Amino acid sequence: MEDILNRLQAIDRRWLYLVIFAAVLVPFLSGLKLPAGVPSPATTGVYDYIERLPSGSVILLSVDYSPASLAELEPMAKAVVRHAFARGHRVIALALFPEGAMMINRILDEVVPEMDKTYATDYVNAGFKPGRVAVILGMGKDIIGVFEDTDAQGNALSKMPVMAGVKSYKDIDLLINFAAGNIPFAWITYAHEQYQQQVGVGVTAVMATDLYPFWKSGQLVGVINGLKGAAEYENLIQKPGWGAAGMSSQSIAHLLIIVFIILGNIGYFLVRRRP
Amino acid sequence: MGFIAGLFMVFTFFVPHAVGTRGSEMLLEWARIIGAFALILGLASLFRTHWDKIRRRQAQWGYSVVTLASFAFMVWAGIIYGTGEGPVGQRLVTVKSGALFEWLFNNVQVPLDATMFALLAFFIASAAYRTFRARNFEAVLLIIAAIIIMLGRVPMAELLHLPHGEAIDTRMPQIYEWIMQFPAVAGKRGILFGVALGAIATSLRIMLGIERSHLGG
Amino acid sequence: MPEIQPGTQLVFLGLSLDPQVLGLWVQALLTFAILSFLWGDNPIYKFAEHVFVGISAGYGAVIVWQQAVLLLLVFKLWPQLSTKADAGADYWVIIPGVLGLLMLTRFLPKYDWLSRYPIAFTVGLYAGAAIAPTAQAYLLKQMGATMLPLIGASETSWPVALSSLVVLVGVICTLTYFYFSRPHEGMLGVSSKIGIWFLMVAFGAGFGNTVMARISLLIGRVEFLLYDWLPAWWPGAGL
Repeated sequence: MEDILNRLQAIDRRWLYLVIFAAVLVPFLSGLKLPAGVPSPATTGVYDYIERLPSGSVILLSVDYSPASLAELEPMAKAVVRHAFARGHRVIALALFPEGAMMINRILDEVVPEMDKTYATDYVNAGFKPGRVAVILGMGKDIIGVFEDTDAQGNALSKMPVMAGVKSYKDIDLLINFAAGNIPFAWITYAHEQYQQQVGVGVTAVMATDLYPFWKSGQLVGVINGLKGAAEYENLIQKPGWGAAGMSSQSIAHLLIIVFIILGNIGYFLVRRRP
Repeated sequence: MGFIAGLFMVFTFFVPHAVGTRGSEMLLEWARIIGAFALILGLASLFRTHWDKIRRRQAQWGYSVVTLASFAFMVWAGIIYGTGEGPVGQRLVTVKSGALFEWLFNNVQVPLDATMFALLAFFIASAAYRTFRARNFEAVLLIIAAIIIMLGRVPMAELLHLPHGEAIDTRMPQIYEWIMQFPAVAGKRGILFGVALGAIATSLRIMLGIERSHLGG
Repeated sequence: MPEIQPGTQLVFLGLSLDPQVLGLWVQALLTFAILSFLWGDNPIYKFAEHVFVGISAGYGAVIVWQQAVLLLLVFKLWPQLSTKADAGADYWVIIPGVLGLLMLTRFLPKYDWLSRYPIAFTVGLYAGAAIAPTAQAYLLKQMGATMLPLIGASETSWPVALSSLVVLVGVICTLTYFYFSRPHEGMLGVSSKIGIWFLMVAFGAGFGNTVMARISLLIGRVEFLLYDWLPAWWPGAGL
């Protein structure tokens, strides 16, 4: 018994890797489908805000994640853009990190053909703008100036109907930041505090705990939390996508990790008891 | 010098005067340009590290060749090859990335970046089993909170309670929400205050010239 | 995926390849190369890792060239190169341009003290810009949110008021934990202990969420392999 316990405690990591891989893979193969469940109020915060805006409002998306966080953030970004387009809002996409520029392309390339929207009239991709905080602050005065009147592909923003009347934060109805790092704090600190811009975020689950205090204090309209948040948003707009698809694997994997923790601790205590 | 710039910024926050505004805009644009050079500095530094490795034939210098070759190819694809149309000199000063550049990004950079971070899933599973030990009361609290959050974030928890006769049990997500919105927020707020006070103190020290670590001493 | 139009074929060594299918195979092979690390560090993984460093640095270089160097500097000094040839030249940018170049003196040991000026400027500027908004965002607003629900207690239901009390107690106790100027004994000891409990709950919540985040990333890769790559070559694998 003791020998088994000791061996279990010192099990080769690679077995654990295999088990977790199976936990993620099998639900897809078995076709297990789980219901989306009740959406978190933090997610509905963002949804309700977009839903209540009068049609034709201006929504600015700050897409600030790298391919590393693609799996978590792209589904929610696509869902939000679908929602914005369905409500007839204008969408301006921006990236404060270089990789974000390509991430925007990926989102738009999938959603735009579905919703029959025209570049420069309904939406625009401003691309990457260097300077982070400088950009956030500069947008309080002159957005097109800070963007150097150039979109991601070198076209003039000032000539685009979608940018008509968009001079500063006063003309942006909602700003949504999709992020994997610290940039949401900068948006809150500078855009919201200094210019009273309404901000919503969609973040990797790692960041969610840190941002909840700001949602509770009203500094954020909502927080879309990770892949489950994406699934919730897809459920709200009634268009399931990759968020919902991942939920069964997510569930099995979570249960497995909990089992790992419990098993690991049982083994630990049993081994410790021996004198 | 930093003091003057910083003081200017504080000034402009409180006094939205026309001259102050334009001045602050200009200063911010300067900061952006300098920031861009900082990025260039980083790239040059990377280049130099690998170049030195190759030059001195240090251990595993072959991989450095791979790095520099990939770098060169990507830069060529984006700036020199670009859209593939027009004279090369024209492409050099065009703000437009071509299809090849995008193809490389989507088919090389994306899977590499995404998979490297996906490895973390394996490591966290391994850590959960091997190192997450309830050694004392505080650790137990942490583990219980973690387990509740993990159950609350997946729809499965709602199915687990079916035997109790309810259609969909929303209790798990409710407990999750309560924990996230109240005790976790309280803990995080305590940290936030500390962080904020520290940041403000450091900012003041930088502006007054007391803090010089960013200058390299 | 944003790519070369479907239908265009690459002709390489006499073979005709569809860029999309080629792309999927490249993605899959690179994915497996990185996953091979789980078995143990190996040359295939190292190769993929170094390609990643090179490609992402190259990507950064291209984007910075286009959106920063060209737009902020080059086009300002020589507008005739840009698409807006009629704009006047803006010579103010020479100052930050020179300051920026000074940053590169870090590579010259004799002159690297020059690089302190641009750094001092930038750091000082952002430090000054940060003070007031940070105080407002992190301190004032957060404190207000912690205390407000109790003041309007008559309008809120008692479970909500109780929860708000939990938050207030939690924040105060957590703050006392970070007060290290006195030893944690007596009242301070009790409150800082309670503070630690709140921190543990917060960290536990953070860990639970981190697990979710990491697993999601793996799910993304598995979805790619199953739904994008497999169907491209295994007939009937469209799940």
